[in-house]
Formats: sequence, C-alpha cells, structure tokens
Amino acid sequence: MPKTFSRARPKNLRTAFGLLWRYMKKHAASFTLVAVLAVISALSSVYGTYLLKPVIDNYILPGNIPGLMRMVLLMALLYFIGVAATYGYTQIMVVLAQNVVEEIRNDLFRKVQKLPLSYFDAQTHGELMSRFTNDIDTISDALNNSFAMVVQSFVVTVSTFVVLIILNVWLSIIVLLTFFFMFLFLRYSSRRSKAYYDRQQEFLGGLDSFVEETVAGQKVVQVFNHEAENFAEFTVRNRRLQKAATGAVTFSSLLVPVVVSLSYFGYAVSACIGAFFAISGQIGLGTLASYLVYVRQVAMPINQFSNQLNFILASLSGAERIEEVLSAPEEEDRGSVTLVRAETMQDGSLRETDCRTEQWAWRRQKPDGTSDLIPLRGDVRFHNVVFGYVPGHPVIKGINLYAKPGQKIAFVGSTGAGKTTIASLINRFYEVTSGTITYDGIDVREIRKDDLRHSLGVVLQDTHLFTGTIAENIGFSSDDISRERIVAAAKLAGADSFIRRLPDGYDTVLTGDGDNLSQGQRQLLAIARVAAADPPVLILDEATSSVDTRTERQIEKGMDRLMEGRTVFVIAHRLSTVRNAKAILVLEGGEILERGSHDELVEQKGRYYQLYTGQFELS
Amino acid sequence: MVKRLAVFFRPYKKALFGSIACVMAECVFELVIPLIMADIIDVGVVQKDRSYILQRGGLMIACALAALALGSIYARLGAQAGQGFGAELRQQEYKRVQEYSFSNLDHFSTPSLITRLTSDITILQNSVCNGIRPMVRGPVMMLMGLIMSIMLNPKLSAVFLIAVPVLAAGLYLIMRTLGASYARMQKMLDRVNSIVQENLTAIRTVKSYVRGESQSALFAEGNGGYRDASEHAFHTAMLNMPYFQLVMYTTILCILWFGGNFIHTGSMKVGQLTGFLSYVLQILNSLMMISNVFLMLSRSMTSIDRVFEVLDEKPEIADNGDQSLAIHSGSVEFKNVSFKYSKNAKENVLSDVSLKIGAGQMIGILGGTGAAKTSLVQLIPRLYDVSDGYITVDGHDVREYSLHHLRDSVGMVLQNNTLFSGTIRENLLWGNADATQEELDWACRIACADEFLGRLPNGYDTVLGQGGVNISGGQKQRLCIARALLKRPKILILDDSTSAVDTATERKVRERLAESLPQTTRILITQRLGSVEEADQIILLDDGKVTAVGSHSKLLAENEVYREIWQFQQKGVIA
Repeated sequence: MPKTFSRARPKNLRTAFGLLWRYMKKHAASFTLVAVLAVISALSSVYGTYLLKPVIDNYILPGNIPGLMRMVLLMALLYFIGVAATYGYTQIMVVLAQNVVEEIRNDLFRKVQKLPLSYFDAQTHGELMSRFTNDIDTISDALNNSFAMVVQSFVVTVSTFVVLIILNVWLSIIVLLTFFFMFLFLRYSSRRSKAYYDRQQEFLGGLDSFVEETVAGQKVVQVFNHEAENFAEFTVRNRRLQKAATGAVTFSSLLVPVVVSLSYFGYAVSACIGAFFAISGQIGLGTLASYLVYVRQVAMPINQFSNQLNFILASLSGAERIEEVLSAPEEEDRGSVTLVRAETMQDGSLRETDCRTEQWAWRRQKPDGTSDLIPLRGDVRFHNVVFGYVPGHPVIKGINLYAKPGQKIAFVGSTGAGKTTIASLINRFYEVTSGTITYDGIDVREIRKDDLRHSLGVVLQDTHLFTGTIAENIGFSSDDISRERIVAAAKLAGADSFIRRLPDGYDTVLTGDGDNLSQGQRQLLAIARVAAADPPVLILDEATSSVDTRTERQIEKGMDRLMEGRTVFVIAHRLSTVRNAKAILVLEGGEILERGSHDELVEQKGRYYQLYTGQFELS
Repeated sequence: MVKRLAVFFRPYKKALFGSIACVMAECVFELVIPLIMADIIDVGVVQKDRSYILQRGGLMIACALAALALGSIYARLGAQAGQGFGAELRQQEYKRVQEYSFSNLDHFSTPSLITRLTSDITILQNSVCNGIRPMVRGPVMMLMGLIMSIMLNPKLSAVFLIAVPVLAAGLYLIMRTLGASYARMQKMLDRVNSIVQENLTAIRTVKSYVRGESQSALFAEGNGGYRDASEHAFHTAMLNMPYFQLVMYTTILCILWFGGNFIHTGSMKVGQLTGFLSYVLQILNSLMMISNVFLMLSRSMTSIDRVFEVLDEKPEIADNGDQSLAIHSGSVEFKNVSFKYSKNAKENVLSDVSLKIGAGQMIGILGGTGAAKTSLVQLIPRLYDVSDGYITVDGHDVREYSLHHLRDSVGMVLQNNTLFSGTIRENLLWGNADATQEELDWACRIACADEFLGRLPNGYDTVLGQGGVNISGGQKQRLCIARALLKRPKILILDDSTSAVDTATERKVRERLAESLPQTTRILITQRLGSVEEADQIILLDDGKVTAVGSHSKLLAENEVYREIWQFQQKGVIA
C-alpha cells in the first residue's frame, strides 16, 4: 500500500535543497556515477522491451530460429548490463547515503555543543531529539530509496513514451489522456488526504500525550484507585483516533484501485483501437503486442514516482528543520585570555610551564604581540550587573558583589529571586545585558570561554550523570585522571562507602542518567566529580539538597576540605548549609536585599532573620 | 507470533475476511484481463472480427469497473480491520499497564513504557496493516498466474516452476542474513540516540566541564559504528533488486527462446506468448511483495518484541481479598516483615521489621538515604507485597482486603508526586469524585492550600499544565496532601511530602491534621526532626532495620544517633 499521506511540506525549498546540496556536493562524483548507472539500468529495461517487437515480427513469426538465437543472446547481454548497473548503483548508494547521513549527524551534534543555553531554553529536548531521529531518518530514507528511483522513473517514463510515439502516434494519445486523468486524480487526492491525515495526527498526538502523562504518574494513579477512570478516558480517545484513522486510511487506500482501473481503461481502449489498426493493416501484429506491453508498463513508474514524492517532500522538510539548527547563531566567544600552567620563579615572577604544577595563570595578549601572566586567584566581582532572559524583563537588576580569593559567598532567597541566574552569569552560560563581571581583574568576556569554564567547578541543581562507569563519571572533567584521584575525590564527597557497596564498585556501569541510584547518591557523585576536577573557584547550586541530614553531617568535613582555599559561591535552601559563609546575600526580585555574615544578619532582624525563624515562606 | 497478533483482529473478523476476499477477487480480474487481451489479438485480429474485438474490449472495461468497486470495498474494510487491530492492541496494552503493580512499573522505566505504548504500537500497526494486502495478493497472484500460464501452455510454464523457487530461495537467504544485521543496527542506533539524549539533558554539565569536544568525539565514534552496521545491513538488503532483475530477465529470455520455438513448431500462438510475458512480472513481483512484507516486519521486530513484553508481564499483586471486609480503624502492625524488590535480589531491603501502630497515632519515620523508609510505608497499601512476614491493618492481613478498599482507606502522598493536566478542582477530585465544595475547602484548609488558592485568579478552576508546572513545588505538595485528605483515609502517609514547604507552614499543616483528623493514623517520613518531635512514636530506620522506637524525649535520652542528628539540626534553628 503506498504511503499517500503528504507529510509536512517544506516551507522553504531553497534552504532544504541548500543543505542537501552541500552534503551531496562532497560526493558529487559518486552521485553522478549512481545517476549514470541508474539511467543505464532503466534504458536496458526499456530497450529490452522494445526489442520484443522485432523479435516477434522478424524472427518468431517467420520462424527464423538461428536469428532468434542471436537476438536472445543480444538481449541477454543487454539485460546483463542492466543487472550489473542495478547492482552497482544500489550498492554505491548504500555507502553514499550512510556517509552523508553520518556527516549530517556529526555536524548536528557538534553544532548542538556550540549552541548557547538560551537556545535549549527555547525548545524542548524532544524537539531537538527529533532532529537527530525523525528528520535525519527521512533524509536517509529518501537517499536510500528515492534518489535512484526518481532518476529511473523519469528515464523509464520519458523513454517509454518516446517509444510509444515511435510505434504509433495515435495510440499514444490515448495513453497521454489516461496519464492526464491519473494526474488530476493524484492531485485531488493528495490534497484531500492531507486534511484527513492532519486530523488523524492530531488525535494521535492527543492520545500519545495522554499516555505519556498518565504512565509517568502511574504510581499516583494506583494510590488513588484511578485505573478504571483512566482506562475509560483512554478508551474514548483511542476510539476517536480509530475513527479518524479509519477514514484517513480508507481514503488513501482508494488511490491504488482508482489508478489501476484508470490504467485498465486506457489499456482496453488502446487494445480495441490497436486491434482495428491491425485489421486494417496500419500496424503489424508484433507492433501491437509490444505496444500493449508498453502501455501496461508505462503506468508503473508513475505509480512509483508518486510514492517517492511523499518521501522526498518529507525529507526536504526534515532537511529544512536540520538546517535551522545548523544555521542558528553559536555561543559568542571573543575572548583571547587563556589559562596556562605557571610556576613561580625565584624572583617571585611567574613563568609559563608545561609541568603539572598546582599553579595556574591567565595569559593576556598585549597589542604589541607580547603577553603577560596574571596569577589565577579566584577574585570574582560584579559591577552593576543587569541581566534578563527576555529583553526588557531584567531578572538581575544592577547587582554589585565581590568575592575575594578563598571566600565563601552564599545566596539565599526564594525561587525566582535570581540565585541560579547569578551563577550562570559567572561561567557565561548567559551574557550580561549591562555591567561587567571581572575574574582576577579581567572582564570575563575577554577570557576564552573554555578556559573560563575550566577554572570554575559547578555543581548544578539537577544532577546529570552519563552512561559509563562510576569512575568515568567522577573523572568526567578530563581524560587523564588517575584512579587514586578519583577515589580521593569520592572519599572527600562521602561517596566512597556507597560506591564500594555497589556490585562492581567504581567500575559499576551507570545507565539512563544513573537512575539506579538515589537522588542523594547522585548528588554525592556530582560533588566527587567537581572535587576531581579541582578548580580554583566553586559554584555549588543546591548541591546537597537531596542528601539527608545524617549524610550531610558526615560529609561536612569533606565539603569543608573541598572549599578550603577556594572561592566558593553557595546557593542553598537549607540555611544550615550557608551558616558559615563569609558573606550571605539575601536576594529578592533580582536585587540584593541584605548582606552580611550570619550573625550580623540575625542581628539585623530583617528578611534573613524571618527566613531563619520560619516566619517567612520560601517557595 | 502471527497467532498472537491475529488475536487483536478478533473483533474485526468480518472486516478482515471481507477485505481479504476483495483482494482475492481483485486479483482474479487483474489476471483475466491479459487473457481477454490475448483473445483480442489471437481471435479478433486474426479473424478480422471487429464486433468480437469491441465485445471483448467492453468486457475488459467491465472488469476494470468491477476491480474498481472491489478496490473501494477493500479500502473501507481493510481500513476498518487494520485500524481496529491497532486500536485493540493499544487498548489491551494500556489496560495491562493499569493492572501493573509498582514492581512491574519499576521493571520497565517510565520513558521506555511510554515508548512501548506510543511509537512502538504505531510502528507495529503500520507494518502489520501495510502487510495484509501484499500478503494476500502475493500468494494469490502467484498461484493464479501459475495456473493461467499452465492453462495457456503447460510446457512453457515449466520455466516458472524453476524461476519461482530460485527467486524465493534467494530472497529468503537475503532476509535471513538481514535479521541479525538489523538487530545490530538497532543496537548501534540506540547507543547513538542515548548519547544525544544524555547530552541534551546534561548540556549544562557538559558546558561547565568544557567536554563538548570529547563528547563530539564519543558521538562520532558511536555514529561511525552505526554507519558501519547500517552499511552492512543495507548492502545485503539492496541485493534483492538486482537479484530480482536477474531472475526476471532470465525468465523473459527463456520464454522468448522456448516460446519462439513452440510457435515455430505450431504448438503455441503469438497471443499466448504475449500473455506469458505479462505473467512474468505478475508472478515474480508477487514474490517480491511477500519478501518486502517480511523485511518490513523484521525491521519492526524490536517494536513487536517490546509490545509483547509489556503484555506478557504478569501483574505481581494479586487482588483476591474479601470484598465485604471493611477497615474501621487505622491500627497497623508489622510482624517480622522482610522485603526485597525482586525475588532474585541477594539482600533484603527490609529485614525482620516488627512494629505496632495504634489507631489515631502520629508516627515519625527517620533514617538516612537508603534506609528503606519509603519501602516500609509502601507495604501498607500493598504497593508492594511483603517477601516474608505479614502486615495487618485493623487486625486483618492486608491481603485479606480488596485492593480497592485497602488503597481507598490508606491516603498516601508519594515522594515524587504528580499532578495531572487539568484544573486544580479536577486534580483534587481524584481523591473523591463526589466531593462537595465544602469538602474541597475543608481539605485545602487543612493542607494550607487555601491561602494561595485564594490568590490564584481562577481559584479552583486554575488550569495546571502537564506536571503542574505553573505552580511552585511547595504549592504542588500542599495540593497533593489535600487530594489525599479527600479520601477521608483511616491511615494517612506523608512521604517527605512537605520538603518544599517552609517550616512555619509545615507546622500549621501538622497542627490542622491533628485537630481535624484525630482518628486518622498519621505516618510521616521526614528529614526534619522538628516535624516529628511531638509524635507518639518515632521509628529510626537504618539499612532496612528498625534501630530504635520511642518518643522524642526517650530517644533523645537513649539513642546516640538520634541525639547527634538533633544537635546537628539545632545548629540551624535559633534557640
């Protein structure tokens, strides 16, 4: 059954073709070869059929058996070339299609790594994911099946038609008329079926999202004995989809019988008229026979072509969506200051070195071509920083703060106060709207982004782990972290004991974002991961929110050791976590409401005091 | 497998058989048309009988019209059967999931279960529905084509008797090789997709650690593996085209040569030869059709297996309690209870737990991560069944009650609670579909949800997005508590369900619960010691064992661990 649904049509053919052309261009020679072989294969098939007439008229009817032998051998040669060509182009096409698709996939992945976070905020993971799956699949399908098929269908149709005209002009008019009606019908039905298909897709989407939501909440469903109600609702939606789908499929299944009947009609008319011509001697018997074979044959490529058309349109709209991602603006990075290892000379000056020293420095290029080294200390300052995710709606409204090397700075405030946003500005996940952030006196925008981020260790609110062993996850920051360092980091984070109890210890393989671990265990791993990276500045965003109090108490020492000598920014809900910070900043509505040490703030009896004594709700 | 799939066609048997009959009849007409054609040439033209030609032509058109009518009926019946099959399959699978117990749900992860219920079914349905027509047409066309050609000329039809097995054997070989290749390809693809998925969800982590390059390298490696696997598979799959041509062309040449000789000796007519040539495509193409269906099925094999896995999963909790037995009080007793999540697990999650909880008591459960607090309480409403020992509620083993009644009597607010898209009112009514406005107000007041409900512009009729995204975590938790209260449960279990609510409000909720539901047994799992200070009993769990039970003052005096935690938490509270 042909797929007659016209899937989403591409809006802008030029961008879609642009993408395909770019990738196909690299393999231009191979594509040409495929096209040539496809043409050879098609021509040998058409010419083979064309030869039937002289074979019947000139050899079989007169009984010329040696001649027939010669002709059969000639045709065998011709067909053999055709088969060889078919074999050639199908096999080449496999390699070609897979290579093109692989390149697109790699480029897309590399591009995704370079997109700014605002891009990910603007769309769901599902959408981006479907660029990698559905959209690339459509291109792969089209390349695998359609490219050669279209070339062939075209060649077969045109050459068959040419042969028909050569054989008999009048008869070919009948065929042309049949074509015309088929074309009209195809055009009409593809429009109608799109409407049917859209409705079906709508119901399917509704049903799927119902399933998604209820299955994700299945445990709640059970606790509330809600299974029967859900099933009833599901049944209603399912039946509605069934009805719409039955309508859509009925309509699209009509296509084949109608086209086939039309072609029979044409066939019958040409047969009768051809027979009259034969009686009146206008054409030979052989001509008529082979003519009728052609008439049957000529409808096939048209059928095939209309099937391929849907694949091609789908792949073009897939290509268009991929191109949208590939042409999206990347993360801005004009920084030139780089991070280098340094060692202190005897005279107290710094020198760049390749040794694994514990000391780091910023290398700044001067306009005159020389460069100077600035020791990395972890001094972070905000000067009148304003930022909004959406222009005109600032979330951070003119914040000033400074963190001296080795200081612990804590942010406290309700959800949406801008705590996490401040952290995201330091490592330039987002760019400040106005104001500056300096790092050891250098504007962070002048530092190369990768180097800036290398110097910052971040533990994020949502812990994400990767498929691989626990050791690989802890050593995520670099490829060459020794096992000793990994174990030391795990001990520091208080993760060592539970890791050892896992079946394969540090070599236990995590899958699916580490879903076989508890939330608390995952957070401990995230802390171990940052400890192994050993950065001079730490940003801990609710790093221990899911760790229970007892464990938190156990890892307190380790956390203290981790924070020792580093500049640390802490965001926490639990006030006990921020108590010993050098400075606590109470944020509200993107502004700093209060600042001071724990004792000072309690003394002030302001918002912090209210939060502390539970008089004010943190939501 | 075919048998198992056929079950879902049962309610649409008539449509299915009707559509199969139509396809068969359609084939007959298609095969008759070349015969009529042969008559036109061999009889009409040779005898120069114009009226005979016209009559035969009319017959052909009649055949075309009949084929059209049959095709239309097929379109309707086929769609009914195919879509009915899909709907039935969906229906059965969803129903099965509704019967699942928690351990069944744990067995599949949520995303995988969703895929199995959505895209896997769509794939399965498409390949089965698109397969019916060629699966009927193929064999019929081949058989009839063979019969016709034997009738036309038995000697010449020997060509087909050789060609058909040769083609079938080749296609079968290709297909058999492909099965394994497709499976490997799918595995590689899963790996590639999981890298993408991981990097999308963890993009912030990847960027913080500047691992974009190395992740790209990892991806390129996986992607390369996938390319190799697909090239391997498609190299084989694409062999069917040239092989088909080879057999077809050879057959045509044989027919020409032998047919030419037969005509020469006078044992065959020219029209018969043309008819024969048109059967070549019909007979051989029908084999291609059949093999394409198998290819399609083998590519969707993964989906088929996954759907069947869901259907084959046995619901682990049996509901064969006494329907008339009712719970009147909320007393609970654990007697030597041991529990593990799967039979094959080596160690127990809970071991030898014995507890006595009186009706109307307030119980606090404390313990570190992995101490099995949640596991303990989930056994009461039989979300899981004990592995050893037993639990009684109101003096009867929980397994003696009907599951529905037991769960209705136990209100449980889970740790990862979910609100569903719809209005707040609709969500609350989950607790009790017949709840009046007064009851809603009552529950929301106890849960302290009234204060923010009043501030929402549409109050109870505020529409929540999926997962309740438009309200804060603390608000969500309070709605979940209100929802559980509407059940008027005998036992209320709150599993760390006020973690996002500030301490002051939390205290208020606790006080109102004690005030309004004095008869209800309240079990509270929490990290905050302050929340359970006034509990009748505090249960200390460690590593699946009860280490201490007692009141706050008793534990403070006797239990060192309890004292330590208390002191640590006190640091955060102003004395």
